[in-house]
Amino acid sequence: MRTYSEKVMDHFNNPRNMGEIENPDGVGKVGNPVCGDIMNLFIRVENGRIIDARFKTFGCGAAIATSSMVTQMIKGKTLGEALEISNRAVAEALDGLPPIKMHCSVLAEEALKSAIDDYFKKKELSQDVHG
Amino acid sequence: MKRIYLDHAATTPLHPEVAQAMLPYFSDRFGNASTLYSYGQEAREAVEEARGKVASLAGARSPQEIFFTGGGTESDNFAIGGIAWANQKKGDHIITSAIEHHAVLNTCKFLQKRGFKVTYLPVDHDGFVDPDDIIKVITNKTILISIMHANNEVGTLEPIAEIGKIARDNGVYFHTDAVQSFGHIPLRVDELNVDLLSASGHKLYGPKGVGMLYIRKGTKIVPFLYGGDQENKRRAGTENVPGIVGFGKACEIAAGGMTEESSRLGNLRDQFIKGILEKVEFIQLNGHPATRLPGNVNVSVKYVEGESMLLKLDGKGICASSGSACTSSILEPSHVLSAMGVPPDVAHSSLRFTLGRENTEADVDVVLGVLPEIVKGLRLMSPLYHEK
Repeated sequence: MRTYSEKVMDHFNNPRNMGEIENPDGVGKVGNPVCGDIMNLFIRVENGRIIDARFKTFGCGAAIATSSMVTQMIKGKTLGEALEISNRAVAEALDGLPPIKMHCSVLAEEALKSAIDDYFKKKELSQDVHG
Repeated sequence: MKRIYLDHAATTPLHPEVAQAMLPYFSDRFGNASTLYSYGQEAREAVEEARGKVASLAGARSPQEIFFTGGGTESDNFAIGGIAWANQKKGDHIITSAIEHHAVLNTCKFLQKRGFKVTYLPVDHDGFVDPDDIIKVITNKTILISIMHANNEVGTLEPIAEIGKIARDNGVYFHTDAVQSFGHIPLRVDELNVDLLSASGHKLYGPKGVGMLYIRKGTKIVPFLYGGDQENKRRAGTENVPGIVGFGKACEIAAGGMTEESSRLGNLRDQFIKGILEKVEFIQLNGHPATRLPGNVNVSVKYVEGESMLLKLDGKGICASSGSACTSSILEPSHVLSAMGVPPDVAHSSLRFTLGRENTEADVDVVLGVLPEIVKGLRLMSPLYHEK
């Protein structure tokens, strides 16, 4: 467990943006109980820009730290910019992850993509309704 | 920060008297036990004295039935592989359980690749193997049964004597991995009806890198290492004299106070379990409440993942363990908890505390004091807790 960087421990012990967003514009729910990590990512979008992001995670230290880091990285970014964030970028922002924990950063990237995907689906639906 | 060590199933600190007993064999008494001159004879005497102490703790009829090895894993590999290869003419079937240590399971898997057939018996929700299941699967091709004495994760004590009787009635060799129980609860190989028994030095306040395999006289087994005549030609290589001396001393100390210490730890364990079930909601005890190792507390704290609790506990100086496989390269939860029917998310929520000789009520109180807050904080973060 000592293989975690100070940054990972900081985000684990002081998670940023922990919680939920009421009526979010997009939600990404990824992971499953078998692998032991479940990540929920909530986003608020205005004019194509992510103005708020929050998370709830069941998982190990790395899963919690990557969740926290990804919310911090996407806040203020356009959806296009956010979609360019890779799992490696999340891991690097945490000063690296132990090799066996890299799957946690993959989960963070999946949660982000899934939340943005959800945003576009919701938007399409609402356009259908209004159109 | 005062550290509280609660992971004695992983390893134990070296007993100071054990360290003292070992020291001369790193320096003045450095001799090779296979040599004729006085240095060698000192080492030989020390090795044989240790063998006697280990034999006595195991209740072996003769010290010659004790074979020193490099540790518990080697003993398990030696026992299972050794019996399998030596008895191929008789049969090719091995019976073990789904909750064995990987030293047993992975040896069995290797033998399966080499043509042996292995039956992995299920366990019930407390982790017990049902001796009747052995009767159901045993055939005239069965050459070995290997069932652990005490499970390393949940501490469940298996009905070894009963299984041993079935093995004996059927003329099948019986091995038990007693790495977790040896030196902690009284055991005698004759009462357990075992032909082979594995133990490890560092689990009973002895040194790492030394263990033993008890092999009942007359057992057909192939050697583990080929070379010189050491360990009756069954495990060649210059003896680890300081390690063996330390292991012997640890056995002598364990024999001296085992009944008192196991009852003290049993009480402490029960207090711990009672307190944790009272103070933390949505928690379950894994394993049998009473038929378990005296120092073992294994609980699942639902909606919170094990490693995250370990990190928080470590932040408070508390060293514990988790059945969560998140720390290993495989992501599946503990094979032991899974075999006991614990759902994956609950298995990932497990915490194991294993008490030892230096732990007191005060240590238990510290854990019971900080754990509820830790759990509360992590549950706030957990999507499972919200959705329950």
